[in-house]
Amino acid sequence: MKKTTLAALAILFGTSGVFAQDVLRMGSEGAYPPYNFLNDATGELDGFERELGDEICARAELNCEWVINDWDTIIPNLVSGNYDTIMAGMSITEARMEVIAFTQNYLLPEPSAFISLADTDVAMRDSGVIAVQSNTIQAGYVAETDADLLEFPTPDETISALRNGEADAVLADKAFLAPYVADSGGELVFLGDDVILGGGIGIGLRQSDTDLRDTLNAVIDEMKADGSLNVMIEKWFGADHPKF
Amino acid sequence: MFSFCTDPSILPDWQWFACYLTNATHLQFYRAFGVVIVLLAITAPAALGMGLLGALALRSRIWPLNWLGQGYVNIVRGVPDIVFFLFVPIALGQGIEWVMHQIHCPDWDQPIRQGNDFIVCREAKVPPVNAPAWVRDIYAFGMAVTAFALVFGAFVANTLYGAMQAVPKAQIETAEAYGMTRRQAFRRIVLPQMWVYALPGLSNIWQILIKATPLLFLLGIQDIVYWARELGGQKTSLFAYPHPDWRMWYFLGLLCFYLFLTWASERAFARLNTRLSRGQATAAGERMRKAAAA
Repeated sequence: MKKTTLAALAILFGTSGVFAQDVLRMGSEGAYPPYNFLNDATGELDGFERELGDEICARAELNCEWVINDWDTIIPNLVSGNYDTIMAGMSITEARMEVIAFTQNYLLPEPSAFISLADTDVAMRDSGVIAVQSNTIQAGYVAETDADLLEFPTPDETISALRNGEADAVLADKAFLAPYVADSGGELVFLGDDVILGGGIGIGLRQSDTDLRDTLNAVIDEMKADGSLNVMIEKWFGADHPKF
Repeated sequence: MFSFCTDPSILPDWQWFACYLTNATHLQFYRAFGVVIVLLAITAPAALGMGLLGALALRSRIWPLNWLGQGYVNIVRGVPDIVFFLFVPIALGQGIEWVMHQIHCPDWDQPIRQGNDFIVCREAKVPPVNAPAWVRDIYAFGMAVTAFALVFGAFVANTLYGAMQAVPKAQIETAEAYGMTRRQAFRRIVLPQMWVYALPGLSNIWQILIKATPLLFLLGIQDIVYWARELGGQKTSLFAYPHPDWRMWYFLGLLCFYLFLTWASERAFARLNTRLSRGQATAAGERMRKAAAA
C-alpha cells in the first residue's frame, strides 16, 4: 500500500514541477496545548499536531520545517506563501473553505465545552459574557446565541479573563480546557453539557496546491487504516476522545 | 542549563527559578532583546537616509522630484503604520517574485493569480524554495527594516526639511555673496547647521521608533512582547514548568527595558544637542558663548 502511494506521488510530483526534496513549510500557532504548544524544556514546537505532522512528512518522504505564526494572521500568511500548510487545531468550516482548502479531517468533530468559576448558573451560557479566541468556530457559535461575545487573540487570555471576572464563562475545545480545570483544584468547573461544533480538524492548504492535498490525504488515509492515528489521539487526548 | 534541572517538579524554589529562567524558551526570549536592539541599530540610519533623500526631494526645484517627495511624505504620514507594515512585505515580496518570474520563466502558461493564491514558478521563489531557516529569517528581518525605514523616513524627511528652512536665510545670502553656488552653500552652510534644529524632532521620532518595535510580530518575527505574552501566560501541568498567570511580571520587565532605553537615548540626545549647539546662532549657542566669555 505504502509503496504504491509513493509511486503515485512520484508521478504526480514529476509532472507538476514540485520535487519531493523541497522543504514543506508547516505553519502552526504554538499556543494551544495539547494540539500545539512550545515545549518549555526544549523551546521547540510540541504537541499532537507536531507529532502527527512529523509522521505524515516521514511517510510521504517530505522534508518538513515548522513555522510559528499568530492565529489571527495564520490564513493570510498561508495564502501569501509564507508557509504551505496549517496544522493548528483548525476546524474545517464553510467560511474557511472559501479562502483555503483542507485535507480530510485528522480529528473527528469533537466536543467544545464551557468552563466557569465554581457555582456559576448554567443559564449564564445564554445570558452572560462568554470569552473565546477570535476567528474560531466557538466565536461563531457564541455570536449566534444571546450571550455577549468577548474575543481575545490568544486562547490563554480567555482563561485570564474568566479568572479576573471579565467573563462569566469560556467556550473552547474541551481538550484544551481540561488541564486548566484539572489544575485549578476546584476553582474552575465545566458548565453544563458539551457542544459538538465544526466538521473536524484538517490540514489547511492553498486552494491551488491540489497535488499536495492528494499526497497528504493519501497519508492520512493510510494512518487511519493502520490505526496509528488513533494511537496518537489516545496518547495526547486520552482514551475518551472521539477516534476513527 | 544546570545539571540539577532534569526534573524541575521536585526542585526547591530557588533552583526551580534558576532552571525556569534559563530554559530554552527563556533563552529565546533573551535573544529577542538582541533582535530589537539590532533592528533599531539598522533601522535608525536607514530611516535617516530615507529622510535625507525625502527632504532633498522636497527642496528640489525639479518638479517631478519635488512631487515625488511631496507624495512620499504625505501619503506615508497619512496612512496608519500598521497598514504599511502589512502592505509593504506582501507588495514588495510579491513584486520581487513577479520580476523573478518574468526573468526565469517567460514561457509559463498559467495565470499568476489563481483565486486567492499568488503562484510563480519554482525558480522565481524568493527566498529560494530550499533556503535554510536562517535565510528566511534574514529575509523577513530585511522586510521589517524596509517597512520601518519607509514609514519613519517620511517623518524624518519632514523634520529635516523644516530644519533646513530654519537655517537663517541671511547666512545663505552671505554665502552666495561670497560667490558660492546654491549647491555649495547648501553643503557648507545649511547641511552642517541644520542638525541642531532637527534634533528635537529626530529625538521624538527615535522614541516613537523604539515604541513601534513590537509591530515586528506582524511580520512573523517573534519579538519580546510576543515572548512575554507567551511565557507569562498560565502553564498547565502539561508543561515542564507549570505556573499561574505571570504576564504582569513579564510586562513589568518589558516596561523597565523600554524605560531604560528611552532614558539612555534621552541622555545621548542631550549630549548631542550640547555638542551641536556650539558656535550656533541659536539661544543655546549664545548662552555657551556668554559662559565662555565670562
